[in-house]
Amino acid sequence: MPPVLLAKGLEKRYGRTEALSGVDLEVGEGQLVGLLGPNGAGKSTLVKIACGLVRASAGSVEVCGAPAGSPPARRSLGYLAELFRFPSWMSADELLTLHQRLAGSTGGAAERTELLELVGLPHARATRVAAMSKGMQQRLGIAQALVGSPRLLLLDEPTSALDPAGRRVVRGLLEELRRRGTSVLLNSHLLSEVELVCDHVVIVDHGRVVAAGTPDQLRRQGGVEVETATGTRVFEDARREDVPRIVRELVAAGEEIYEVRVVASSLEDVYLEVVD
Amino acid sequence: MTTIILYGLRESLRRKMFAVVLVLTVLFLSLYAWGTHEAFKDTRGFVGVGQGNLNSEQLAGAIVFGLAMFATLFLGAVLAVFLTLNVVRGDAEAGLLQPLVVRPIGRTQLLLARFAGAAGVCVAYVLAVYFASVGITYWAGGWSPDRLVSPGIELAAAIVVVSSLALAGSVFLSPIANGIGTLMVFGAGLMAGLLGEIGHAINSHKLQHISRIAWWFVPFDALYEDALHRLTVNTTGFAKFVLELGPFGGSHRAGTPLLVWSVLYLVFVLAAAVTAFKRRDL
Ligand SMILES: Nc1ncnc2c1ncn2[C@@H]1O[C@H](COP(=O)(O)OP(=O)(O)OP(=O)(O)O)[C@@H](O)[C@H]1O
Ligand SMILES: [Mg+2]
Repeated sequence: MPPVLLAKGLEKRYGRTEALSGVDLEVGEGQLVGLLGPNGAGKSTLVKIACGLVRASAGSVEVCGAPAGSPPARRSLGYLAELFRFPSWMSADELLTLHQRLAGSTGGAAERTELLELVGLPHARATRVAAMSKGMQQRLGIAQALVGSPRLLLLDEPTSALDPAGRRVVRGLLEELRRRGTSVLLNSHLLSEVELVCDHVVIVDHGRVVAAGTPDQLRRQGGVEVETATGTRVFEDARREDVPRIVRELVAAGEEIYEVRVVASSLEDVYLEVVD
Repeated sequence: MTTIILYGLRESLRRKMFAVVLVLTVLFLSLYAWGTHEAFKDTRGFVGVGQGNLNSEQLAGAIVFGLAMFATLFLGAVLAVFLTLNVVRGDAEAGLLQPLVVRPIGRTQLLLARFAGAAGVCVAYVLAVYFASVGITYWAGGWSPDRLVSPGIELAAAIVVVSSLALAGSVFLSPIANGIGTLMVFGAGLMAGLLGEIGHAINSHKLQHISRIAWWFVPFDALYEDALHRLTVNTTGFAKFVLELGPFGGSHRAGTPLLVWSVLYLVFVLAAAVTAFKRRDL
């Protein structure tokens, strides 16, 4: 089975601006991939190419084995843009109905109700977009992207306008999607969010991938600290695996041990290190 | 496809513009009814003043109805432009377009559906105002055009051509620039028509020639003048001469090649719009 999203050697130039300069990226079946990077790194450009809004200058993107932008590719994905607006006169229900028709979904009213519940807008069926706060619109946008149960979900900063409770709702939603086997590519500036839910993290900068791996692989461990009766002893190059040996040696040397800490750099530290 | 057509229709209904157009139209038709009534009353006076073959009713009817045609063309063009001026770039910049474009429907169908919706509204509008004017003129002075249906259809076709230009413009231009641009092209087309008329009056073949060439670039004016021509195809003599110089654009037979060209022109403009839209980054 081909990966749900596969980008190879992807390049994009806007006039003289090089937004992407050779990006390789893969999202496997059921995988939740977080795409991180500073402003202007090319994250949105990558996602727009994947859903056929923007044409690549070089390289290729496939969605479920079909070239990005082709009808089968568009049928397999749901997309929430970074900057989007829905017609202000539409109610939540009407908007979802429109997208059900366009996506060829046969879910009917049951699907609409379920989606609104999933994003925490169960009472907004009849509310017009004009009367919704930005955060409510963003939740509706996520529901819209989920219409027709797409195999791949492309979310470009879906929580930028959400309050902390809303962010938690979205986290729960992403976990639910993982259970259902939906693949997700998530653009975000919220490192903690990505750290909490993503299986795989890709960091881009200046249009290139500068780091990639699971959150654990990226979080480099940064030494071991041991509290003893004589003070704190720091073993800078030690890792978690070294702890039993260190403790053994200290005890053998007659030290009293009160606490052992494995110091790990956070994703934020790694991020700030690879991005300039 | 139908989904998008309906979406476009509802979208335009929600914009205040529809109400504005409706009010303006009612205002125009009322004024027209009043004016026509007065015009017929006044002209009845000079029947039989020398000119043997001058039928005053015919003259007044055709001139006044020419005004109605011009007003319908103008209102229709404004409606056409405002319905399509933001379809691509305006909606894309607002972020309204992207959620629709990523759906399986595809850009060609999306654009053509939006066009079909707008063109449908324009045609219905133009025909409604046209036939209302026919009715009013008949009621006020017993005059009706020599050809009843075909001028209305030509008028509607002219507006469809204008709306296709605004649609194509919307791929490249921001809504304001596009609206101004398309209305200027529309105005230029009418100017070319007037130029030809002046040429006709002062017997300048050069001016008439320029105007004929312009027709190929802006066939909506050719359609309009042909529609005017059909109003009085059976009219002869002095009345005919006056009408050809009509105050709101001359009436001239466009001929089959130009009518066929208008259709090709429309197809060409739409094809260009679709091609450009497909290549555009959103
Ligand atoms: N339509 C466009 N025309 C010209 N340049 C563009 C266009 N869109 C993006 N760019 C440029 O391409 C680069 C990448 O932009 P992109 O929007 O992909 O960044 P991003 O990683 O999503 O940033 P952010 O975190 O701010 O959303 C930037 O330098 C941006 O200025
Ligand atoms: Mg972005």
